[in-house]
Amino acid sequence: MIGLYRPGNSLVHRAPALLKLGLLAVGMLMIGVVGDPLVFVWAAAAVVGLYALAGMPPTAAWPQVGPILWILLFAVPVQVLVAGGSAAGWLTAGLMAGRLVVAVALAALFTLTTTVTAVLEAFQVLLKPFFRWVDADRVGLLVALTIRCIPLVAAIVREVLEARRARGAEGSIVALAVPVVVRSLYAADAIGEALAARGLDD
Amino acid sequence: MTAAGIRFESVSHGFDAHPVLQGIDLNLTERRIGIVGANGSGKSTLARMINGLVTPDSGTVTVNGLDVRRQAKLVRREVGFIFTNPDNQIVMPTVQEDVAFTLRRRGLPADEIARRTAEALDRFGLTALAERPAHRLSGGQKQLLALAAVLVAGPSIVVADEPTTLLDARNTRLITGLLVSLTQQVIVVTHDLDVLDGFDRVIVIDEGRVVADDVPAVALATYLSLLS
Repeated sequence: MIGLYRPGNSLVHRAPALLKLGLLAVGMLMIGVVGDPLVFVWAAAAVVGLYALAGMPPTAAWPQVGPILWILLFAVPVQVLVAGGSAAGWLTAGLMAGRLVVAVALAALFTLTTTVTAVLEAFQVLLKPFFRWVDADRVGLLVALTIRCIPLVAAIVREVLEARRARGAEGSIVALAVPVVVRSLYAADAIGEALAARGLDD
Repeated sequence: MTAAGIRFESVSHGFDAHPVLQGIDLNLTERRIGIVGANGSGKSTLARMINGLVTPDSGTVTVNGLDVRRQAKLVRREVGFIFTNPDNQIVMPTVQEDVAFTLRRRGLPADEIARRTAEALDRFGLTALAERPAHRLSGGQKQLLALAAVLVAGPSIVVADEPTTLLDARNTRLITGLLVSLTQQVIVVTHDLDVLDGFDRVIVIDEGRVVADDVPAVALATYLSLLS
């Protein structure tokens, strides 16, 4: 969600986030239970079709799908070995790999076409029945801050790694962990203060 | 509600028994006010008190008649605060969402949020960056975004704590120009004396006390003599 959203005006972009979340859940379920390779090929084609409908090349899913391939590089041979190298083993391994790739591509399409605000609003609607126990606004703020803090902490880690290298302490865990934790805590304090300044301390 | 403006009356504040501000009496009514002082002099604490981020140990601070200790929530609607590091101020992942964030929290109708957000983005030249991830902006763009996100809420006072410290000369000029052009009362804490060009009043803080409070030429002369 961090910078993945690509603006657009397609049907997929304009669809309500809650509907997309629901369809995503159904899609994931179907991908998980489909055992027929032919049906699975159709499901994969449908995902490619949804990308086309969203006006996005399937390569847009690469940043999310790419890392999965590294996992599959190990998981597929292991699956085949466990099945004794049989044809059924290859089929199971192929389906497992396909399921993962298609599921991640589908989830990526959701993030590519849905703003964080829309996701938060969808969560707030979902949480409304639980208003006695859960403050939906607070949960929304929590999710937004979590998403926002990932690049912030990543930047802190990057700077600390550079500083560690500059001081010739590449191997030192202490030289990495201590400044990252201390700076993260200071950043958290500053963000809390900024939230209060924006009137979000109630 | 009583008198307009910001009033400090016999204000003192300290951290861990170390006095940060002592016996501050100020009445801030001018449109452009600068606060200068050495590191650790107490100027940022003074600025934070205007937004109620720090409350005095003794004495009172009022903003347009509102007590910052008892009515902090109302005070924060009057006072927008710009921090040195805009990264700490940005909450939402994209530029547009961050500007709209404050308005959403106030429960305004969606069409009004959209209209006011679009106006703010346009005013600060951020329209083309509306959908961009906020963390990928340059330092100057981030500070512009912080300014837009504060001003979209319509505060009557803007307090900026060293808003140009992390910026290059070009962006410093840009942010300074924007701050000066605001219709709101603007209070700027800074080390960059060029930022205070055209200001109405400058307050010099040293070791927690006001040591000069005058028109910029006079106050800054005192400040420079302190430095030397």
